[in-house]
Formats: sequence, structure tokens, C-alpha cells
Amino acid sequence: MRVEHADVVVVGGGAAGLSAALAALERFAAAGRDDAVVALVSKVYPMRSHTVAAEGGAAGVLPPALGGDADDSLEQHVADTLAGGAGLAHEDAVRFVVERAPHELARLERLGMPWSRTAEGLPAVRRFGGMSRPRTWFAADKTGFHLLHTLFQTALRHDVARADAGTGTGGGVRRYDEHVVLDLLHDPGHRVAGVVAHDQHRGEPLAVLAPAVVLATGGAARAWATSTNAGIVTGDGLAMALRAGLPLRDMEMVQVHPTCLPGSGILLTEAARGEGGVLLDADGRRYLADYGLGPETPLGAPEPRRMELGPRDKISQAFWQADRDGRTLPTPDGGAVLLDLRHLGRDVLSERLPLVVGLAKRFAGIDPAQEPVPVRPAAHYTMGGVVTDPRGAVLDADSAPVPGLYAAGECASTGLHGANRLGSNSLVETLVVGRAAGEDAASHTLVSGPAHGTPGSGSGTTVATEQARALADRWLSMRGRGSEPPAVIRRELGRVLDADVGIYRDADGLAQAQAAVEDLSARYADVRVADTAAAFNTDWLQALELGAMLDVARAVVAGARARTESRGAHQRLDHPGTDDVARHTLATAAPGGGVQVRLEPVTASGGAR
Amino acid sequence: MSENPADGAPTVRVTVTRQEPGQEPRDETFEVPYTDRTSVLDALDWIKDHVDPSLTFRWSCRMAVCGSCGVMVNGRPVLGCETFVSGYRTSGITVGPLAHAEVQRDLVVDTDGFLDRLRSLSPWLVPGGEAATQSAPAAGSSPQGADADADADAGADAVADAGSVQGADAHVGGAPAAPVGVPALDLLAVHSQTPGEVDAYRGFAQCIDCMLCYAACPVLDAVPGFVGPAAIATARRWDTDSRDGGDALRMAAMAENEEGIWPCAQIGACTRACPKGVDPARAIRDAQRIAMGG
Repeated sequence: MRVEHADVVVVGGGAAGLSAALAALERFAAAGRDDAVVALVSKVYPMRSHTVAAEGGAAGVLPPALGGDADDSLEQHVADTLAGGAGLAHEDAVRFVVERAPHELARLERLGMPWSRTAEGLPAVRRFGGMSRPRTWFAADKTGFHLLHTLFQTALRHDVARADAGTGTGGGVRRYDEHVVLDLLHDPGHRVAGVVAHDQHRGEPLAVLAPAVVLATGGAARAWATSTNAGIVTGDGLAMALRAGLPLRDMEMVQVHPTCLPGSGILLTEAARGEGGVLLDADGRRYLADYGLGPETPLGAPEPRRMELGPRDKISQAFWQADRDGRTLPTPDGGAVLLDLRHLGRDVLSERLPLVVGLAKRFAGIDPAQEPVPVRPAAHYTMGGVVTDPRGAVLDADSAPVPGLYAAGECASTGLHGANRLGSNSLVETLVVGRAAGEDAASHTLVSGPAHGTPGSGSGTTVATEQARALADRWLSMRGRGSEPPAVIRRELGRVLDADVGIYRDADGLAQAQAAVEDLSARYADVRVADTAAAFNTDWLQALELGAMLDVARAVVAGARARTESRGAHQRLDHPGTDDVARHTLATAAPGGGVQVRLEPVTASGGAR
Repeated sequence: MSENPADGAPTVRVTVTRQEPGQEPRDETFEVPYTDRTSVLDALDWIKDHVDPSLTFRWSCRMAVCGSCGVMVNGRPVLGCETFVSGYRTSGITVGPLAHAEVQRDLVVDTDGFLDRLRSLSPWLVPGGEAATQSAPAAGSSPQGADADADADAGADAVADAGSVQGADAHVGGAPAAPVGVPALDLLAVHSQTPGEVDAYRGFAQCIDCMLCYAACPVLDAVPGFVGPAAIATARRWDTDSRDGGDALRMAAMAENEEGIWPCAQIGACTRACPKGVDPARAIRDAQRIAMGG
């Protein structure tokens, strides 16, 4: 077993992981530890991470001195976010992100982020669903793409080659690209000790040991067949946390994005509506007012939190009802409504929404300047996740911090999003919580004394290495055996989640979903991995990802069954009311397999610490 | 990925050039069902799911922005996710690994070499650009816009005193962790940059690192170490950014290197291959002109 040592391990190379890595380096540098190494372990090259697909923008109150709206304030951003969260958001976590958001967006600017600008040369902001004021910074409609590349290129500046490892010649970010993290490692005192990963290039496992680990592995919405998510968004880190005995919170809260291309699920950003786009039914009528989102706003004059700028959950629910009422257009992939952008004109479309135009043309064969684009909802964002405090410190089932373990970005449930994420709050979360987690991970390493993960530090290393070897053997033994085709299980899982764990749910559907997921999990125990190659074995990788999606699906379904109310993104046809007391669901691995769920009232501080 | 076409659907002949590490390449042909929306990536996925699970290729976003799925289709570099098979129903399709990169397995090619070249040109913001900065004290926990406004002038003075934006950044980065909920009133500074100044580099900033331009570039046949189109386009992305002051650094790396900008003979294959409308040929031409003092 190859063993390498680092000062902090970051799992995932998207915006949260890169932010954490860069912040950890800064913290080490401030402490005089210029030789510190942050291991950035990612199953893809970082610039391929799913952050790249974020379109609309990142929210942060722009101060009047930088051209912001004098009517806006941090308090309003907090209030909007709490309102969106429908009782499950935590005010401390919301404040933490909202108060730091402008700093992080400005920091990105200073790193070269190509924010769209006003004529005066200041950052431009746009309206976004659920936000009472325009406060979403954007880079046309490729915000995530530019944000990821800005962070990645900044990280390249701090790149330290693998060959330099252990020579003490200087620290930096040591990339482990296309390394699949298999599991977390613990030392005898249950402290985090690093990760065991598989190097897809060399075709061998390795342990990367460090006193602190940041999980930044993203969400899990690829498990749904109709999904905006990239193929890599399979909940790997969430499943890892479950296996480590940690709770996942509010996993039933899955955001369904209302405007996606039928079939492929390709996302057309909410910014299309923020810029004035409208939704029409099959007869060309603006239907949202008929489903509680009115009164209707004039064409070209969008108003906050009404009609097309209502919260995402409400707009997806309105679609479901319009579909049931026979008001959608039939397509081979189900009913669709029309996203009409024609009145914006070609100039606005090409300046503000070039990606939307390109996607519609390329993947739907429609020019949005001339024709409305058929759209329907698709699974989009995992609001639940690994339980953390506002700074990303992971909490165990007793709400006690797990020393050395942090989580940031979509895989974390900090309390920011609650039951419904407002669009553009998550990109800024990756920056703010990513930074806090990275700083605290570095601090943890600095104060934990001589790192128990350094060479020759004795029993901790030995135990972790043995643990890594055993885990790697177990995962690798999946190769060349089994009889259940993984593609069949994957398709069936997607179909079941689409059918019964979508916009509206009920007890019968969820019971069916649970039975189906349990059956699929049983079949997965004998999953066929035909490819026995050591290097670049993507058959095996996809089987690992499928296992993670099944584990996450169990938590989602169990949470949805336990939540016998309607709240935010979780709407129960059989329980339309909202409970007086807001409660979290906490899913943990059950002793006999599967997951168990308990409900826990939301406290003022979110129950953290 | 769209649902696979049903049995009985028309099929298209897909030949894939496969290669195991250390072995010779071989072609394998598959009959793949398709509809008018089936992409090359969908076809590869269908083969992996239904015929040969060992077929190895990269993919992720399915919407032409992550840059993972570059392949040669009938000799032309394309993104598999946005290339539809219906256009090849009569000719059939041959899918191979991107040219000018070492094959690691089947359609997966070396990416480290490209990233090393990109990194050799300092593709990050080097402080010292001409752009002025504007700043405000962060509103902090103060809910009143008026407070932030009143402090704004002082903030602007402070950033002028600090001398550079980099200084402000270091200050923020080096600050001790604030307790939960009580952020320090750090300076909130941004560069001033007009829409026109953004337009100056916006085109070059669209590069998704997909390496199609390397596959297309005939110069790489003769000069395998050529730093190449995407790396130079990204270098120029920063050079033409009013916030950046790294032109001399990058120009030294590009011009004082026989495998830098000079091997390019302005054939333009890179620009034609780019799926994002980046114009690397112009970037290289500009760099050559500047290096010659033009």
C-alpha cells in the first residue's frame, strides 16, 4: 500500500474544495508553515467538476459604494433566505454566509473572476427567484464555469508537483487528479486520519494521511433519471459519511429545477426568468397566477418573489399541477411548458444569456429569439447533507464535532438552505463555507501538534495504513465478479426516484420507492463488474458510484417517509399541512443494514454544539 | 443521458478505436440504436451499458461545458456530448482518441501534459494591472445601507493607501478567523472594469480546456512540445485583462522558448475546432506580433 502524507486532505475539486484548499494554504502561510501541503483529491480533473455547470450567479449584498441598491441590506438577504428555508434554515448559518458573501465575491473579483459589469465598471447584479432585491452577481450565464476556472487557475499557481512530496522544498496544493476516494480513515482515537483512494492512472490504491479532511464532494441528484446534474454527481461523500456512522440531515429535501430540457434534463438558468423570461402553458397563457404565484406581472417587468420569480419549489409545484390539469404540451419525455424569451430580443439574449441560447439551439434545436423553448422540471440540488456547524465542522449523531473532519458545499447541511435553496445562494456558500472549512482544517492540523499522519509517527500511521489496506481490498474485490448488470439497477433507481420521490409524494408511492430501493440494494450486493483492468477501470468506478447513489436514495426515501408534512421542497399529497414545530430528519446507517431516521426539532442555533 | 432507444429502432454503425496500455490500437464495430437526439456520447454509453462494460471514455456534464468528452469523430476533434449521430447514418462513425495526446486507455488521453503547458504560462492574475480599484467597507453586521455609505469614502482612501488590491487580499486572507456571526469589517475592494474592458478578454476566457485544438493542430505533428493553442489563448486571456500585470512574465515564457509561440504557422485549425468560439489563432498571432515589437 502506497502511503503519502499531507497536512490537510480536501476531497473534491469543485468550488468548495478549491476554496478550502486555497484558504488552508493561507492559514498555514500566516502561521509560518510555507511548507504545508494540501492534498486535493478528485475523481476528475478539478476543472471538470460540476461547479462548471452553474449558470445564473452568486448572491451577495452589494454595498452602495460599489453601486449596490441602497434599499438592500444583509438583513434582507438573511430574511429572504430564511423565508425560502421554510423553518429548516438556521439563522446563525444564514448570517454566517450572508455576512461574508460580499467579501468572497469581491475576493474572487480580485483573483480575476470576469463578473459582468455595469457601465460604470462595477459588478452588475441581477434579480433571482426568492430574492427581494437584485443581489446576484453573475458572469453572463456561465457563472459557475468562470468561478471554477478562476479558482482552478489560482490553485495552479500554488501547485506542488507530486515528485516534490516529502522533500521539504516547499508547500502548496498537491493535486491527486482522477483519484477516487474510497473511504475516510480514522486513527485509534477515532480522530480523522486521512483517506484511502484509488489512483485511476497507476491503477493502485493509496492512503493519503493527514490530521484533517475536508469533504467537498457535491450532491447526489444524478440518482434521478431526469436530472440537471453531471454524471459525476453521485453522492460519494454522503455515502462515505453514512458508512462512517455520521448522520445525514434533511435528505428528502431535493430541489427540482422547473426549467430544464425534456429528456436530457439540461438546465436553463433561472436567470432567464430574472432577465424577464416568462412561462407559458400549451395555450400560450401565463399559468403561474392560477397556482398561487400571482398576481400576474407585466411582460418585461419581473417583480421579486412573484410569478416567474417565485421560489423554485413553488414553480415546480405549479408545473406539476398544470400538467395534471392538462395544460402542458406533450413531448416524448412527458409534458412540457414553454419558456418564452422572445421579447428580450437578440442583443439581451446574447449579452446576458448566451449559454441558454446555445444550449437551446444545440440540444433542443430551437432559437429562443424566435421560438419559446419547451421545458420541464428535473432533479437539481441536494439541500440536505452531512451535518455541520456554520463553518463546516462535521457533527456526529450527538451533535458533537468530529475532530478534524469538515464538509463544505452541496455535500454539507450547514443550515443555510433549509427546505428550499434560493438560487445563487449555493455558489456563494461554496466560497464562504469552503474557506471557513479550509481555514479550520489547517488550524486543526496546526494545533494537533506533530501530525499523527507524518512519517514515523508510530501507531496512528500503522493503524490507518492497515485500515486503508483492508478497505481498498474490499472495494477492489468487486472486480471480476457478480451477475447483476449495473446499468439495469441504475436505470431502475432513476425511474423509481422520478416516479415516487419527485415534486409531490405520498405514503403509497414512498412505500413503493422504499421497497424498490431495498430490492435494488439487494441486487447491488451481487453487482457485475466485468472489467478487471487495474487502471482507468470506469466500469468499477461506475459501480462504486451506483452504490453511493443507492445508499443516498435510502436516506432520501427514509427521510421522505418520516416527514409526514409538507414543507419547502418536500410536498406530501397525503399530508398537505405544515407541522407547527419544524423538525429535521437525521438519517444514519442502521446496525442491520439500511438506514434509520429520527426527527429532531430545529433549535435557534440549529442544535449545533 | 436520454433514455436508450427502444428495440427495433434504426441503428448506426459505430467503430471505436480501442487501446489497452502498452498494446497496439484495434478497431471494434458496434451497431447502436439511435434517434435524432442520440449523441456520440450517448452511443458510447449505450455500448458500455449493453455490449462491453470495459469501453473507457471520459464524460460528465453532457452540456458542452466541462470539457471531458473530446474525441475524434471520423478524424475530426469534437465534444461527444454535442455531436449527434444522426448526421452519420449513412457513413457510419469512427470514434477515436484525441490526436496528439498519449492514449491512456481506449478514448482516454493524457491531460497532465496539457495542464503542465497551461501552467507554464502563468494562467492566473498577476497583480499590477492598470485597473483602478473601488472599495467599500463591508456592511458587516450593520443592517443599514446608510452606514456603509457613510464609511465608503474612508474605505476608498484606505485602499489607495494600501497601494494595491493584492495588499487588500493578503489582509483579508491573513486575518484571524472571526467568531461565528461576527465578521471583521474587512475592506471590500474590487477592480473597476467596464463592459468594454471585459469584452477585451471575454472571448479568450471561454476556453474549457477540452484539448480539441491540440488534436486539430498540425504543428504538433512536427513539434510535439509546442505549448499549443489553448495554453496561449488562456495566457492572452490574462494579458488582455485590464486587472493583470503579468504580460512580461508570460511573454518571456512564450517568446523566449522555441516551443512557445513560434512554431505556429497560422493554419487556423485550432480556431475551427474550438467548440466555444475561442480564437486561439488570433491569440498566437497577437503574441507573435507583440514579441516582434509590432
